[in-house]
Amino acid sequence: MSDIAIDAPARPKGLLPGAATILAVSVYGWALLTAEEDWQVIGLLVLAAAVGLVGKLAGLGPKVLASWSSNEATMNGGAVLGLLAVIFALSTQHFPLLMLTTTLLYFIASLGLNIQFGYTGMVNFAGAAFFGAGAYTAAVLGGYAWIPPLLTILAGGVVAMVLSLLLVYPIVRTTGHYAAVVTIAFGVLFKTFLEVNEILGGPQGLMVESMKLPGWDFNNGPVLFGVEMSFYLNYALFATALVALIFCLVRRLERSWLGLHMDAVRLDETAAACFGISVHRTKILAFLSGNFILGIAGALYGMMISFIAPASFTFSDSLLMVSIVLLGGMGSPWGGALAAAIVVLLPEKLQVLQEYRFLLFSVLVMLVLLFRPDGLLPRQIRNYFPGREGGK
Amino acid sequence: MDLGLIAQYLANGIMLGTMYALVAVGFTLFFGVLDVIKFSHGDVLMLGTFAGFTVWLGLQAAGIVNPWLQLVIILIASMAFTAAIGAMIAKWLVLPLKKAPPLNTLLLTLMLGTAIREAVRLFYPNGSNPKAFPALLPSASIDLGGFLLRADSVILVAAGLSLIAGLNLVLNRTRLGLAIRAVAQDEETARTMGINYMLVVLATFAIGSGVAAFAGIMNGLYYSEINFGMGLLLGLIGFSAAIVGGLGNLYGAILGGFIFAGLQVVGAALLPFASAYKDVFAFAVVIAIMAWKPTGLIPERTSDRV
Repeated sequence: MSDIAIDAPARPKGLLPGAATILAVSVYGWALLTAEEDWQVIGLLVLAAAVGLVGKLAGLGPKVLASWSSNEATMNGGAVLGLLAVIFALSTQHFPLLMLTTTLLYFIASLGLNIQFGYTGMVNFAGAAFFGAGAYTAAVLGGYAWIPPLLTILAGGVVAMVLSLLLVYPIVRTTGHYAAVVTIAFGVLFKTFLEVNEILGGPQGLMVESMKLPGWDFNNGPVLFGVEMSFYLNYALFATALVALIFCLVRRLERSWLGLHMDAVRLDETAAACFGISVHRTKILAFLSGNFILGIAGALYGMMISFIAPASFTFSDSLLMVSIVLLGGMGSPWGGALAAAIVVLLPEKLQVLQEYRFLLFSVLVMLVLLFRPDGLLPRQIRNYFPGREGGK
Repeated sequence: MDLGLIAQYLANGIMLGTMYALVAVGFTLFFGVLDVIKFSHGDVLMLGTFAGFTVWLGLQAAGIVNPWLQLVIILIASMAFTAAIGAMIAKWLVLPLKKAPPLNTLLLTLMLGTAIREAVRLFYPNGSNPKAFPALLPSASIDLGGFLLRADSVILVAAGLSLIAGLNLVLNRTRLGLAIRAVAQDEETARTMGINYMLVVLATFAIGSGVAAFAGIMNGLYYSEINFGMGLLLGLIGFSAAIVGGLGNLYGAILGGFIFAGLQVVGAALLPFASAYKDVFAFAVVIAIMAWKPTGLIPERTSDRV
């Protein structure tokens, strides 16, 4: 990653490249979400590839990056505005909004996994299990009307965290492949447990109550300016707020001394321990906080699709989440957003590909691993002083 | 619980243990020479089983119906095919990532496993449905006081165990085995001693994959059914078994395989009201063993260089 520091331009860049990117991505996202025919989707994909290629040849990437890192707060705010604009542009259509919200929730999940894979260098092949723990919590707690749904979402995260407490001891004692087998075993165990457990609905799964805030029932489409909107609009807006919140938290975490500890532990455990960093404490923090985020995302996901079954939380789904992190780039939050969009939207939009989805992604991830191991949007070098370049 | 039932559980456990050990041996061999986990192992096994099944269909069509002859041809064909696949995976997918972090190799092979599984499901004729695997072994059985000892089980276990014993002989008594062990111990020194590194790695992957194909055919004969997803669970179990036993150690893999089978059988026997929980039980114990012995029951004899 050191080459990025050399690329960093000397003087701060203006807002233009970043703002133009947000605008282009928003328009593109809207176009992709509303495209109905296969040829339109394929055309848009070819366009994206062409723009990516031209941008790379013209050296636009570093410009956008510089503009973004010089005005990070403004740019992130702009990205939220762009997202809101897309949501309102789609506000009457069920399916595109559902797609968009699912993407956002997978993005949140990738942020959680990023803390583990990207920052701390821990493996977690049970992502779908912790996601599912959140969703099942929402299903069970939804049966009690007096529990506020907002608390249920938090409870989803807490339950995922409590479940990960069971794994903490083996996880901090093992490393590498041995740790991988612990999480894989847990993922399989969790799914098998759900399938055979009668109380939790067995293989048929459970119904989940929808989200309700005081005076705001998420199952009713809101009426704005006399037009009835899709009820998914509620979820899309809520997910946007959640994404913004968790994104900020994860970025703060990365920038804090805790994030530094995580990086140190990833790069060299022994050296980190020599400098007085508690490797165990750092790993526990990363494991619990990452799974907390996964649980929250899962709880909201369950409420949105209102029906969950063990078949949605299999080992393959965990792999799909890992491939989002890897496709985007380890430790790169924005990469997670891009990869979540690719992984969620592409198979849904290209009905031809629906059947070949898993095959396609596995091959795509293999190609990325072989030819671009840092991911589509690689993590940037740590910027100690926001607003300045390359740590200067 | 009467004696017959216990014997039944025991026979079942030995059968499963042999099968798991055969899969785990592959993981431990690959880890030995390259320090990598090839997670697609289970799916390569499935591919080998499907290859065997295809050969059987071909033999039926060609009019060769002697079951013993069929079995031998199927075994040779599927093991050779799988060995070739294993060597190709090593050459083009695993070796290029040798310098990358181990997680990348793990992920690459996980994804390769998914790709193989999906490819069989999508492109094998009617691949998404289970296939009835032919019963090629004699179906005779002896009644031993309430317990039916099936001839096919005995033959399968005997064949499996002798394959493991043969593998042990190859590793410990031949020049190839010496080379494999040398590479596993210290790659650089082995190279300077004139060992053809590439050849040894490819041979190891070929052997491990071929053994897995045997386990796959065994699985097909035992359950009389194969499907595109069979490799995932078998691979997971084989991986867990190799890890529980301690990676890089042949005896560890065998031990791990039998422990896992034992856990499943004990889980099924002790939880009669909920035998569906047997996998939950087995994987929970695996996690507990990992917490107790973080590097497996027979740990590698290595030390970290800082």
